[in-house]
Amino acid sequence: MGTSESPQSPNLFHPMHELSIARNLIEMAETAARDAGASRVTRLRLELGQMSGVVSEALLFCFDVAAQGTLVEGAQLDIELLPVVVHCPACGEDSPLPSIQRFRCPRCDAPTAEIVQGRELVLASIEIED
Amino acid sequence: MAPRIVEIRRGVLEKNDRIAHELRDRFHEADVFVVNLVSSPGTGKTALLEQTLERLINRGHPAAALVGDLATENDARRLARSGAPARQIVTDGMCHLEAYLVQNHLDDWGLDLEGLDFLFIENVGNLVCPSGYDLGEDLRAVLLSVTEGEDKPEKYPTMFHSSDVAVFTKIDLAEPVEFDRDRAYESLESVRPGITVFETSAKTGAGVDEWVDWLVGRREAQ
Repeated sequence: MGTSESPQSPNLFHPMHELSIARNLIEMAETAARDAGASRVTRLRLELGQMSGVVSEALLFCFDVAAQGTLVEGAQLDIELLPVVVHCPACGEDSPLPSIQRFRCPRCDAPTAEIVQGRELVLASIEIED
Repeated sequence: MAPRIVEIRRGVLEKNDRIAHELRDRFHEADVFVVNLVSSPGTGKTALLEQTLERLINRGHPAAALVGDLATENDARRLARSGAPARQIVTDGMCHLEAYLVQNHLDDWGLDLEGLDFLFIENVGNLVCPSGYDLGEDLRAVLLSVTEGEDKPEKYPTMFHSSDVAVFTKIDLAEPVEFDRDRAYESLESVRPGITVFETSAKTGAGVDEWVDWLVGRREAQ
């Protein structure tokens, strides 16, 4: 969801793609845990770009629900938010973008559409117990 | 027992990306140009698509459409009137299309991709959820009607930024709704500098030929 749901109450009247993201995440963590001979996943670390299209509050909400009955049930989901970094074709610099409503180089103000960071949706690591 | 940390470092959408990659190879092999249409509900994706399909077919460019919808098959029925093969993907409440849905429907459909010049994938009406899902398309077109508010690009920067072309729809209503054209272009340019823009009306046909010319040019350039 893109707009302004509070962390406590994602808007369940609209379908959320965060649920399918959460399911993917859990499936990946379960597979990795089984491969490592673990019985339980206690923590997941996710890198989430500011322009990944995923809202972290909605993902956290869906994650707890979707994890029930899996090896990931009760695990902590740590989300590291990655800001958007743009490459400027005019001055050649990479800089964090102060606002995703304005794609201009913060150094020289030239328009730039080139994102070098900020679309990530990466499961970085998991913590497991045998 | 002490917990162990296992490094994973894998994209959560890698399965979707892999299928999208396979689809893209398949589309290129068949020489079919694929357009993913995204917008809010009610912007007029289906209406523009009806006009687009009809014109492409009249100019000798065979075209087909896959149409995503939360619950109904109405859009595919509407599109079939243009003479183009059209098939509905009912997502049963899922708010976006994923590459596996496109793949499954193409396989079931038995559509002859080799015989096509264009395939349009009309996404579910939603400006948030479809943005992260590659469907193997050559082009993502975002539609915005003049009745929706000129600052929509700034409200949904992820979707607008990830699009290759923007199409204003219902331009025949620009005057009655006092559409502020300069403000709308400014908003688009702010989140997606340099994006190509078309102004269209599916009702009067205004701008649709220019849009179709451009699509044909893009396919030829590929």
